[in-house]
Amino acid sequence: MSLAPALNPFTVVLIPFIGALAIALAARSPRLRDAFCWLAPIPFFIGVLGQIGPVLEGRFAPQTLVEILPGLGITFSVQPLGLTFAILASTLWVLATPYAIGYMRGEGYGNLARFFACYAIALGAAAGIAFADNLLTLYIFYEILSVSTYPLVAHTGTDKARQGGRTYIALLLVTSVCFMLPAIIWTWHAAGTLDLRPGGILGDAVGPGTGAVLLLLFMFGTGKAALMPFHRWLPAAMVAPTPVSALLHAVAVVKAGVFVALTVALYVFGLDYLAELATRDFVLYVATFTMLAASLVALHRDNLKSRLAYSTVSQLSYIVVGAMLASQWSAIGGGMHMLMHGFGKITLFFCAGAIFLATHKSNVSDLDGVGRRMPFTMLAFFIGALCVIGLPPTGGVWSKMHLIMGALDTGESLVVVAFVLSTLLNIGYLLPPVMRAFLRPLPEGEPSGMQEAPMLCVVPLCLTAIGTLVLFFLAGHAYGLLSLGIN
Amino acid sequence: MEWLGHFNYWIVVVLMMIGFYGVIARGNMVKKILALNVFQTSVFILFISAGKIIGGSTPILREGVSAYSNPLPHVLILTAIVVGVATVAVGLALAIRIREAYGSIEDDRIAAQEADEENRQSEPSR
Amino acid sequence: MTVVELSPFSMLVPLIASAVCALLPGRLWPWLLTFAAAAASAVIAAITLAAAMDGPLSYAFGNWEPPIGIEYRIDAANAFVALLVSAVAAVILPWAKTSVDQEVPERQGPFYALFLLAFAGLMGITLTGDAFNVFVFLEISSLATYALIAHGQDRRALLAAFRYLIMGTVGATFLLIGIGFLYMMTGTLNMVDLAQRLPELRDTATVEVALAFIVVGMGLKLALLPLHLWLPNAYTYAPSFISVFLAATATKVALYVLLRFTFTVFAPDYSFVALPLAVVLMALAIAGMVVGSWVAIYQANIKRMLAYSSVAQVGYMVLGVSLVSVTGLTAALLHMFNHALMKAALFMALGTIAYQVGSVRIEAFRGLGKRMPWTLTAFALAGVSLIGLPPTAGFISKWYLISAAVESGHAWLVALIVITSMMALIYIWRVLEAAWFRQPAEDAPAVTEAPLRLLIPVWVLVAANFYFGIDTRLNVGAATAAAEALMGGIPGGAP
Repeated sequence: MSLAPALNPFTVVLIPFIGALAIALAARSPRLRDAFCWLAPIPFFIGVLGQIGPVLEGRFAPQTLVEILPGLGITFSVQPLGLTFAILASTLWVLATPYAIGYMRGEGYGNLARFFACYAIALGAAAGIAFADNLLTLYIFYEILSVSTYPLVAHTGTDKARQGGRTYIALLLVTSVCFMLPAIIWTWHAAGTLDLRPGGILGDAVGPGTGAVLLLLFMFGTGKAALMPFHRWLPAAMVAPTPVSALLHAVAVVKAGVFVALTVALYVFGLDYLAELATRDFVLYVATFTMLAASLVALHRDNLKSRLAYSTVSQLSYIVVGAMLASQWSAIGGGMHMLMHGFGKITLFFCAGAIFLATHKSNVSDLDGVGRRMPFTMLAFFIGALCVIGLPPTGGVWSKMHLIMGALDTGESLVVVAFVLSTLLNIGYLLPPVMRAFLRPLPEGEPSGMQEAPMLCVVPLCLTAIGTLVLFFLAGHAYGLLSLGIN
Repeated sequence: MEWLGHFNYWIVVVLMMIGFYGVIARGNMVKKILALNVFQTSVFILFISAGKIIGGSTPILREGVSAYSNPLPHVLILTAIVVGVATVAVGLALAIRIREAYGSIEDDRIAAQEADEENRQSEPSR
Repeated sequence: MTVVELSPFSMLVPLIASAVCALLPGRLWPWLLTFAAAAASAVIAAITLAAAMDGPLSYAFGNWEPPIGIEYRIDAANAFVALLVSAVAAVILPWAKTSVDQEVPERQGPFYALFLLAFAGLMGITLTGDAFNVFVFLEISSLATYALIAHGQDRRALLAAFRYLIMGTVGATFLLIGIGFLYMMTGTLNMVDLAQRLPELRDTATVEVALAFIVVGMGLKLALLPLHLWLPNAYTYAPSFISVFLAATATKVALYVLLRFTFTVFAPDYSFVALPLAVVLMALAIAGMVVGSWVAIYQANIKRMLAYSSVAQVGYMVLGVSLVSVTGLTAALLHMFNHALMKAALFMALGTIAYQVGSVRIEAFRGLGKRMPWTLTAFALAGVSLIGLPPTAGFISKWYLISAAVESGHAWLVALIVITSMMALIYIWRVLEAAWFRQPAEDAPAVTEAPLRLLIPVWVLVAANFYFGIDTRLNVGAATAAAEALMGGIPGGAP
């Protein structure tokens, strides 16, 4: 990857923030604003790619920006898992930008400068989480991400949007401030460090009782991982315009949540210590329950976005389960699933938005025959669905395979059963929209013939669908990268 | 009869309680301020009492006298009296301004006026 | 001139300036003199703090050697508070000019003279090492403050000032009684001297009563629940400038006096161990945190909302004190500093809104986000600091406070701290939601963004909230040094 310069991690994190500032300052001039929107993701993407070289060579030099407390500062370093998350977010930002511009124009939304500035800040915060070298840095960017996405959720300012936004911000902040922050301070107190290091920092520092409590605080404190009963924010966030749901609530925000869960499991507790903790089983079964229960709810949702939201809740729990199984296979599987599900789910959301834009249909039961009018979109939807379900020839198959292998490895047969059951449920709620769209006739009186959404929307969704297929072949590289950090 | 020997302290306590009661129980602002002054005065007496030494003379250096009363409390209380006078002045000035603004210096009447106004303010906004 | 000789001038400059200021005519000159005095005072306080970090400074007034004469004894703790008070005064004055011109259009000479008097009083309380001197300066600043509050435009300001006068005088008199008892027992008023003589007398009832009177007296000035009743009205109806100044400094100085007496004059093992002060303070602090935050949520007047929030924030500080550890004390002092930053920023943003809109009721905020984006963004960011999210100064306070609670083994305190922080989130959020996601009322007057001369000082303070949340050397360093100085017993003296 000599094509991309190896910048400092902090510089990479800074790029989206600078982009946000430029967008905000260009609020008066739509042309300039759009130009900045187009431009901002590109240097960010290149910057993230530039990190691959150093990581493969095994150079993890932490970069301390400023010391906030004695011995504890805002510190960045690039580690394989974080890099995977950053690659995911930066790639999809490049693809989501034209979609967002097309969608927001097509639907005639206002306040676009605020919208795109917050969008960029959210990506910067995600990068900050990905490259954080200690829990404090991670927490800071985690909160920036929560706060910066609130204006996006409540964007339209209607009563419903504000209601959804309130649920969103309340659940995210309450869990992080009430559970995660005390857990971090407690860790600092007990271990004397917050650095994220392979093998964990808590193992020698606290007894099993304290460790068990800390695990609960960390896992339920990561509201973005949407463990039940703190999953309500994700369906509530669906009042946001679809580009937000797609990039943020299928990728950046939720993946930040599971990234934190994985990071905490790997680098704060360490897999060996994690396996000994009394509450690990409890969290594992809560996650397993969430996985199944959310799938069941999704099955009954007629609103397409809402169905996808519950599907996301369920899929996030796959990754938490992967972390809680505390085996190498499952952790790598979790990391891969973060990547695969990101591509798959963003495709699905893009399609849902495109359908709404072109036909103003938002319910699954209205989708009869839509495949004839929007063949590209529905084909992409089909591929995305395959990826989320975990069928070849998409990348999703590999991550699911690793997760199931991890479960078999640790002898958690109940979890294996749950994985299989959940996969069946995935098929049950993701394929009917496709079948309706292609196999049923259009309702009476609707014009037939191609009527796709604007090109700005259709091209990105095709690209992400192709991405899931490409990942089927690139999964080996992802495995190689992740296994560097998980040993 | 030992307690009589401390009669100055008893006076302090009685004055203090009278003053404190007045501050709390009186609705008239001028009376409140006067009660506050009584309350403060009791503390002045407390300080002055502390400075007195039985058989001590005025604190002026002269032949044939070995025990002097402590002059420091007097000095302190001179300052405190000035503070007290200033407090009363500010309090009374405020009472005059309140009388100008409300037409009364009775707590309950002013409270009634305020309640009326509060009701008028909040109604049209709803 | 050495630093020791220079140090009392941070109190003397405003005191002398106030006498001159009262005579100055017009609008420009009084303000200019006040600003110059505050800035000079802040510079002197900064120099003093730098010197006091190495060891206590002692200045004998009129060359009367302590303990006979009045001594100014300055260690890290009071130098820190002095810098806080004077720096806040210097930073808010550029903002105050415009606001005061609108709210107090006439006779500004005496107005600024009163302000300087209140300011000098607070500096005097902070710097002095003499117990009776504390009382005198307390009354100087309080009397000036009553008059300042009465300058508010609303006639209720008069009632608020009167009520504060009654309660404040009772509080100060309590302090006087306490000091009187101490003097009767020890024969000295010098704090160092008192600290040395009290251990022999610690079992007497008189000393216990003295401590009780001092704590109650300062609890009143500190607005510690249930002695907080004067505060909400005083902050609500005072002129905006005075609200900012009081919110940022007055309660902090009262807290400092409480700390000085309980930690230095009486040793912490006496105040908190022999007497159940720790338990009492903790209970009151928690009550303040919960009740203050709760009541704040329901206020329609945003200035009053912030005032109740101050009651809650005082609770955090006292909670830190009641843990009686270096970490707890550091948290209290740090929050004292950080709270001054955030509340000053919030009250200034609010004052700016009052200047432009003419109302601070929640209905007036509807749709303001678009009309006054810079002011409201400043309010939002300062609010983030108040809630305690990173990377702001408020986060650092919360971090230390939670650390102290974890250290003390009271896990339920951690829960309380985070729950009350969430209540802060609710009351700040109400305002922001009204500002950005509600349409203005149809009969709302047209409003434009505030002028730069108001905005720049607000943003300076907002920036400070973020600066001190990232580069914490000054506030954490000074707070730690101050906490160690206080825990050490004798002012600034290592054992």
